Amino acid sequence: MSPAPILSAFRQALGEAWAGGAGALLPLGFFAGAAVLVPLGIGTEPGMLRAVGPGILWVSLALSSLVTLERIFQADVEDGALDLWLQTSAPVSAIAAAKTFAHWLTAGLPLALMSPVLALMFQAEAGTDLLSGALIYGLGGLAFFFWGGVGAALSATVRRGGLLIALIALPLYVPTAIFGSMAMSGAAGGDSAPLLLVASTLFSLALAPFAMAAALRLAAD
Amino acid sequence: MGMLSAFANPHRFLALSNWLAPLFYALGAVLIGWGLWQGLYIVPKDEYQGGDIMRVMFIHVPAAWLAMASYSAMAVASFTWFIWRHELADIAAKAIAPLGATWTALCLATGSVWGKPTWGTWWQWDDARMMSVLFLLFLFLGYMALRAAMDSRQKAARAGAILAMVGGLNVPLIKFSVDMFTSLHQDSSVITSEGPKMAAVYLWPLLMSGLGHSLLFGALVMTLMRAEIWTRRAARQRARLLAGA
Repeated sequence: MSPAPILSAFRQALGEAWAGGAGALLPLGFFAGAAVLVPLGIGTEPGMLRAVGPGILWVSLALSSLVTLERIFQADVEDGALDLWLQTSAPVSAIAAAKTFAHWLTAGLPLALMSPVLALMFQAEAGTDLLSGALIYGLGGLAFFFWGGVGAALSATVRRGGLLIALIALPLYVPTAIFGSMAMSGAAGGDSAPLLLVASTLFSLALAPFAMAAALRLAAD
Repeated sequence: MGMLSAFANPHRFLALSNWLAPLFYALGAVLIGWGLWQGLYIVPKDEYQGGDIMRVMFIHVPAAWLAMASYSAMAVASFTWFIWRHELADIAAKAIAPLGATWTALCLATGSVWGKPTWGTWWQWDDARMMSVLFLLFLFLGYMALRAAMDSRQKAARAGAILAMVGGLNVPLIKFSVDMFTSLHQDSSVITSEGPKMAAVYLWPLLMSGLGHSLLFGALVMTLMRAEIWTRRAARQRARLLAGA
């Protein structure tokens, strides 16, 4: 096996994400837009915004991962790239993982890096550790992207698969969302929440690539 | 393996289910009927559990048990199909999904009805079991939507099997994560290490009702599976006729 196909898929996915017009700004814009709608929808009382802020950021992160993922494998099915991958010696699971990771790098990580700004806008208290917050959003986002990738691979041949991806992936997002919001809110029993969050992210990294590979072999038939 | 192959034969399944399904329907109806009669008219009400409303338990608890059992059954059937490609396993998984979703919805609905007078709320977001069952319903719905979106039966089977297996592996994690919330529910009182804690007057109607619901579920699964087998045969027959014409 040679790593060349994996690297080329990774580079191609990075290129795709950057070439899409506004590059990484597009998901950032979506993330910010979704988060900013909330105070308009529920009111601007600072105490309430402080309470719901971390949760809103999780929801926006989940939504923007779903929006980004909709077409990551569809194009490869349509232009034949998938058939070529299946003929290389590199495992499809590694190629799928590399692509998903590239999309997290361009659309997930920037959101995590931007989260301190939004947290401040949501009236985070002075002294909140915004940087470890960003780390937690980043790790949680990785799990979102990998589970979402399973949904995207399964619906790669489905026209207008976006809603389907959401329905498939949302139950799989649950542990990450729960551990993530517990870690952010410092709720009772929240001490172990960051560790559990990392564990559930590792679980997704271990399992999702094989599910994506099985789904992509199906899509190529 | 020998036993699995024996069950995987559609002819044998049709012959077996031909008498087993009616038997299950009849026994299920009798047991559910007896359980409901006992539950609604005979057993004393329990003021601690909300008075007369606790009688909904004789539907709610069997529905909860079937919600979990049916997803496990669907995941096992999917795994069996994915590894050994026995067509009957896929037919079973396909048949279980809508029925499992129905009982899961029944569990949520009866739970809501019971929760309103007892806990003062139709729905509680931080109750672990309510949330687990709700996500189970989403897993069923996603499974059905994915199958429906595929353009061939073979693809529907493969995609469905992958999703059911991924979902099955995630169920313990989902369960564990929602358990981190505090729960309104009482601890299990039927299956405990010291044996059942529930008074026998409630336990027997509950167990019989649970068995009845399980038999009814099994009978409905068999009926849907039979319908699917005949549908596939008809499709094959039609293809043969068209090819010959």
